[in-house]
Amino acid sequence: MFKKVFIFIVLIGFALILVESYNFTGSGEELNEIATRYAEKGPDEVGAANLVGAVLVTYRGLDTLGEVAILFLAASIIGFFLKVKLEEEKVPRKVRKTSEILETASKIITPVIFLFGIYVFLNGHLTPGGGFQGGAIIASGLVLMLLANPIKKVNHSIISIVESISGFAFVFLGILGIFLASGFLDNSFIGLGDFGKLLSAGAIPIIYIFIGLKVGSELSGIVSNLQETQKEEI
Amino acid sequence: MILKIIAIILALAIIFMALLAVLNKKLIVSIIAAGAVSLFASVFYLLLAAPDVAMTEAAIGSGLSTIIFFYVLNKIKKDRLENV
Repeated sequence: MFKKVFIFIVLIGFALILVESYNFTGSGEELNEIATRYAEKGPDEVGAANLVGAVLVTYRGLDTLGEVAILFLAASIIGFFLKVKLEEEKVPRKVRKTSEILETASKIITPVIFLFGIYVFLNGHLTPGGGFQGGAIIASGLVLMLLANPIKKVNHSIISIVESISGFAFVFLGILGIFLASGFLDNSFIGLGDFGKLLSAGAIPIIYIFIGLKVGSELSGIVSNLQETQKEEI
Repeated sequence: MILKIIAIILALAIIFMALLAVLNKKLIVSIIAAGAVSLFASVFYLLLAAPDVAMTEAAIGSGLSTIIFFYVLNKIKKDRLENV
């Protein structure tokens, strides 16, 4: 009885919050102060055609670093707990045979998905997308590969090497910004280039490449760790 | 006008899928419904002019997390059967 009353009170409170926020977003016509600053000065200061990418990598680059660090922590905790289980059993596991359609299709589609992921994080400063999205797309390509071929072993040493090198390079480029430009993760130490070209926006494309590789290898590590510790029965 | 109609249909689909995910007894149906919520939400983000968020939601929310839920579900099911 008390539990139901409690749930009811929580739901009422949630509804009140939602009503409040509905009234708040009524006037979405004009940008607030910070957003106006970003929208007006962003193209000149950062030089990225995708303003969201400029905010994520340069203005709020520290937040992106925090997100990548949290993702790394999650991936390493999952790997740690699953690896203990993996050491106990050396017996090769039996798997159900995958359908021929999936197997054939994955051979054609997986390289295209990888290529699309690379395209997304390479063009992160020009078109919608960026390091996180590209990395996630690469990891979903790996999921398709593992679904079609469940016995396949993913090489974990390559994943961890790529991951640590790109994480190191990300922080290194950020620190380079302190010495050569005006602050941590400032992108203007390379030269902004022409607005809207592939080689523009200073260090943003390079940072996005490293973020994409890092996120992609972390998510691939999570998926392949989970996949290797599955116990399937025929 | 047509965008508003699509948005309303998407919102109804999201609510329906969310209720299905909570109320259904089978966990597999719940996982697929939760993935569908993310998929519809990503189309919604696209309508709200946020393609970056839409890409993240489609790739992580409806792709990877659904697969990870399935892997974990399979794992805990087998563990529970062995321990009993």
